Amino acid sequence: MFDLSPQEWIAVQLSLRVALVATLVALPFGIAIAYVLARKNFWGKSLLDALVHLPLVLPPVVTGYLLLITLGRRAPVGGWLADHLGIVFSFRWTGAALACGVMAFPLVVRPIRLSIEAIDRRLEDASYTLGANGFWAFTTITLPLALPGIIAGAMLGFAKALGEFGATITFVSNIPGETQTISAAIYTLTQVPDGDHAAMQLVLVSIVISVAALVASEWLSRRAQARLHGG
Amino acid sequence: MLTVAVEKNLGAFSIDARFDSEGGVTALFGPSGAGKTSIINMIAGLMTPDSGRIAHDGVVLFDSAAGIDMKAAQRRIGTVFQDGRLFPHMSIRHNLDYGRWMGGYAKDPAAFAHAVALLDIGHLLDRRPGKLSGGERQRVAVGRALLMRPRLLLLDEPLASLDAGRKDDILPYLERLRDEAKVPMIYVSHDASEVKRIASRVVRIESGKVAAVGGSELLTA
Repeated sequence: MFDLSPQEWIAVQLSLRVALVATLVALPFGIAIAYVLARKNFWGKSLLDALVHLPLVLPPVVTGYLLLITLGRRAPVGGWLADHLGIVFSFRWTGAALACGVMAFPLVVRPIRLSIEAIDRRLEDASYTLGANGFWAFTTITLPLALPGIIAGAMLGFAKALGEFGATITFVSNIPGETQTISAAIYTLTQVPDGDHAAMQLVLVSIVISVAALVASEWLSRRAQARLHGG
Repeated sequence: MLTVAVEKNLGAFSIDARFDSEGGVTALFGPSGAGKTSIINMIAGLMTPDSGRIAHDGVVLFDSAAGIDMKAAQRRIGTVFQDGRLFPHMSIRHNLDYGRWMGGYAKDPAAFAHAVALLDIGHLLDRRPGKLSGGERQRVAVGRALLMRPRLLLLDEPLASLDAGRKDDILPYLERLRDEAKVPMIYVSHDASEVKRIASRVVRIESGKVAAVGGSELLTA
């Protein structure tokens, strides 16, 4: 029967919260970086491009470890943030969201960058002649036309954040109720005798969430496309 | 009065054009690839000349010697492009209203209704540009440029993307625009018969330079 323990329910809720926060926080930065990469030419552009893609090619454990030695409670940046701003990442769900956001970032940036590159810049020129400055041309023309890419980026980022394991467990460990997401909970259940049933339930839950996210993003993206090309 | 004196090196050839236009309609006439669109883009502020000066009724839009280069957004020059460039994600109504909105002007229903009637686009207002015919699209593009309250209208081959029959459908609208809206116009075309109907003054452009300035006698090339 389907009977999740309270602790497993918490893992499900935590996963959703971590993935949602990671996606929402990564999105504005992802849009800004995607725009810069799509449109600007500057010294160090390929370096920035490589940096953005780094979490995609590094082993997740390495990314998690790098976060730990920079943002951990006793690390220079993490210590400063904790002492001066009261922001603590290590062993907190916020740290899990940060690790997931970092891991998801390249997947957020890529589709947004492609959709910005595909926009006819002459439409922006037209908006300039109609009196739009750079900010308004971006918000009224570029951003709405990039919407399908933004939806795709958010969806990929959410899916990645939901499934993130290596960087999260390295950075914030596997603390039930605080940093134990669905993936970590499944992993833990596979390590104990008689954990199979509960693990299988969590597997089903994660399949349902992923499929629901996929369907929602397909629907949103079809609506966005219809808005862009409708009659 | 519009005064244009611009130089620009475009690699393959260079533009060195000087002319002025006294209100009414001035045509920039010449073969494709002569640099007409580049000149239009420099007046609109979408391309920066290497050197020169552009001024309209005492307002300096560009002056390399004085270091003036007014941004396109501040020039208030309505531009109708060959390909329309309507915003695909906005209704026709919002396309038409965009310039007023960006300019920060109050709504002016009378001006809106007048432009809509002049161009006969009332039935299109709630549609999106995607499924408009080429002629409808260009009429909306003209209306959009007109409703931004421009000091000057630039029409860059507005009929070139239409087939011959459609051109004759649009030309009467442009003639009405010329006669009713008191906005000076620069009309770019390579089509002599089109220019003959619209413009009184002709500036002939050949390989980036002004070859001749005069009346319709220049159209028989």
